[in-house]
Amino acid sequence: MYVYDQYDHQMLAERVEQFRDQTDRYLAGKLSDAEFLPLRLQNGLYIQRLAPMLRVAIPYGLLSSRQLRKLALIAREYDKGYGHLTTRQNIQFNWPELAETPDILTHLAEVEMHAIQTSGNCIRNVTTDHYAGVAADEVEDSRPWCEIIRQWSTFHPEFAYLPRKFKIAVCGTPADQAATQVHDIGVYLIRLENGEIAFRILAGGGLGRTPVIGQVIFEHVEKRHLLTALEAIMRVYNREGRRDNKYKARIKILVRETGIDEFREKAHAEWERIKGSTLTLTDAEIERCQAFFVDPDYVRRLNGSATLKEKLHGDADFARWHRRNARAHKQPGYAIVTISLKQTGVAPGDITDRQMEFIADLADKYSFGEARISHKQNIILADVEQRKLHELWRELSTQSLHTAALGLLTDIICCPGGDFCALANAKSIPVAEEIQRYFEDAAELEEIGDLQLNISGCMNACGHHHVGNIGILGVDKKGEEFYQVSIGGSSAREASLGKILGPSFAREEVPGVMRTLVDVYKAERKNGEAFLDTYRRIGHEPFKQAVYAGNH
Amino acid sequence: MPAIIKDGAILTRDRWTLLREATGPEVLQAAPGRSFIVPLDFWLSYRAQVEEYCGETGIWLDSHQTLEPIADVLAKFAVIALNFPVFADGRSYSNARELRQHYRYQGEIRAIGDVMRDQLYYMSRCGFNSFALRHDQNSELCLQAFGDFSTGYQSSVNEPLPLFRRRGGARKE
Ligand code: SF4
Repeated sequence: MYVYDQYDHQMLAERVEQFRDQTDRYLAGKLSDAEFLPLRLQNGLYIQRLAPMLRVAIPYGLLSSRQLRKLALIAREYDKGYGHLTTRQNIQFNWPELAETPDILTHLAEVEMHAIQTSGNCIRNVTTDHYAGVAADEVEDSRPWCEIIRQWSTFHPEFAYLPRKFKIAVCGTPADQAATQVHDIGVYLIRLENGEIAFRILAGGGLGRTPVIGQVIFEHVEKRHLLTALEAIMRVYNREGRRDNKYKARIKILVRETGIDEFREKAHAEWERIKGSTLTLTDAEIERCQAFFVDPDYVRRLNGSATLKEKLHGDADFARWHRRNARAHKQPGYAIVTISLKQTGVAPGDITDRQMEFIADLADKYSFGEARISHKQNIILADVEQRKLHELWRELSTQSLHTAALGLLTDIICCPGGDFCALANAKSIPVAEEIQRYFEDAAELEEIGDLQLNISGCMNACGHHHVGNIGILGVDKKGEEFYQVSIGGSSAREASLGKILGPSFAREEVPGVMRTLVDVYKAERKNGEAFLDTYRRIGHEPFKQAVYAGNH
Repeated sequence: MPAIIKDGAILTRDRWTLLREATGPEVLQAAPGRSFIVPLDFWLSYRAQVEEYCGETGIWLDSHQTLEPIADVLAKFAVIALNFPVFADGRSYSNARELRQHYRYQGEIRAIGDVMRDQLYYMSRCGFNSFALRHDQNSELCLQAFGDFSTGYQSSVNEPLPLFRRRGGARKE
């Protein structure tokens, strides 16, 4: 994990002081609401429906147990005892006092954390695949590159007042669990034919009102030129992105209105001007950053599989959890474990202070003191010995954290929606819960298999509904909450946007609609196809007809 | 006259007259020898008159305008002012950086318009060295803004190298 040096520490401390002064001036009436707005937003502070909301960055999803304990402390002392994991590897606190936020930031700074640029029209917290560095099939670990981008984008003086927010994801795995193609900039680590590793850089992806899949701007960029290539895209966007209409201000609209070819030309022309400047990365810097992410001291030649096999035979519940929540690790004898935060009755992604401390202890005991959070709103212990999986599972079950849901219909990505968010058209958390209650049978869920369900409470799409295999969007129909359903979306490498099924549904109809969609899939699927495969083969119509048959 | 900070000090006298809007060259003729900061379009239309009547010449660009039309003659201007129609409009930051880093412009770059304490540090790092403060700003407090941060990750006009080239042990190529 990256460790701050004196420069990082000093800048962070200075930032906290700066924000303390800004907050004091605001509370003293010397800064207007409008002036304080971009300043507080660049420190992650929103004014929400019920109270301020503070969004804390978890850079590319990585957390030490010490950091996790600090988040627990903040949840307990400054909030109502819980936090909410977002779809962009951040954690949100929904109930802090405005006047106390500088103190929270001081706490965070003690453990090298912050809320810098987690909102506002600036470059946001960079995200990556939550299996980075441990996935068996990875091209290269993306985390050092995320750290390089984090530093470049933090307090970037030129790009603090962009037309709109700007999100960057980096991905080094073929599966792509970072939703890279629906980011303003998506960076893939790719292996060239000559064996060298380079970057492919996409731009113009995004969700929200106008969902778009990103397009390639730079086919391949040598590693040392990464930052100049990014800076070139940013400069074209800062200059030319629309500022007259908030809904047309994202880079995806600029790319569309300029035309991809012309946009690409502009970005390349700008790149030519700055390529080779001092922003070109040095080997020393690349090595310095990579050195923070070397493998932990794995136990070599583990022969844990015998113990594991025995437990898998003897305990069906454990076996189910293992099938779903433990994934292949690059290191023999180890597994990547996902702790599901999708227990029925709890808002997806919510985590209490006690759970945070409990997971921090587990991280120390089982996974080299580190945890990760995923954009699917779960927590990962990335380096667990297989022979200890059963023991870990038993410990998890004492806190009801052993839900075997990973990748299943009930592993729902869900935004805070109308219960918390001022922008919502409709509630989202209760819809998730109703679906979870409706599909209660663990065996059936497993039989349905991989099915990503995403729910957003409005067009802003924080719940990524466009890229859910099934997506649900809250809409407002003459003051009433309705839900529009789309199918066929995916945020993986073969990214696609979901297609709307038809007229929207009342809330109580939603679980039944899910049932019908699942039934069509089960009737149509062939040899081991997942929901998305079947959809891609048979198309939209059979689903649509079944759902609207009779009652519409 | 707005309070102006230049090169880290509050100016007591500023020789420039900012021509916010201009209809025709008669404004210049009315005050021959005075140093004006004229709008880009005005300069493009009345270049000859500007050269004849102005003492020294300054030019200002609005945030949507680019430097291309004057790229070959930048050295003619003792000051180039870049406008911030509202503080949240960040385009002029790019123009300032381009002036310094690409065109190697050595003259004064002045921020005009919605210029407040909380932008000054980033502005200075992008190459602005003078700041016409918004009327309600306390210029003494604004002076402190330049010390908000002791360093930055990126390169800047005062620090030509990004932090990764300045960090101990990372200096060699
Ligand atoms: S999708 Fe809409 S309702 Fe949900 S969190 Fe985002 S803005 Fe709020």
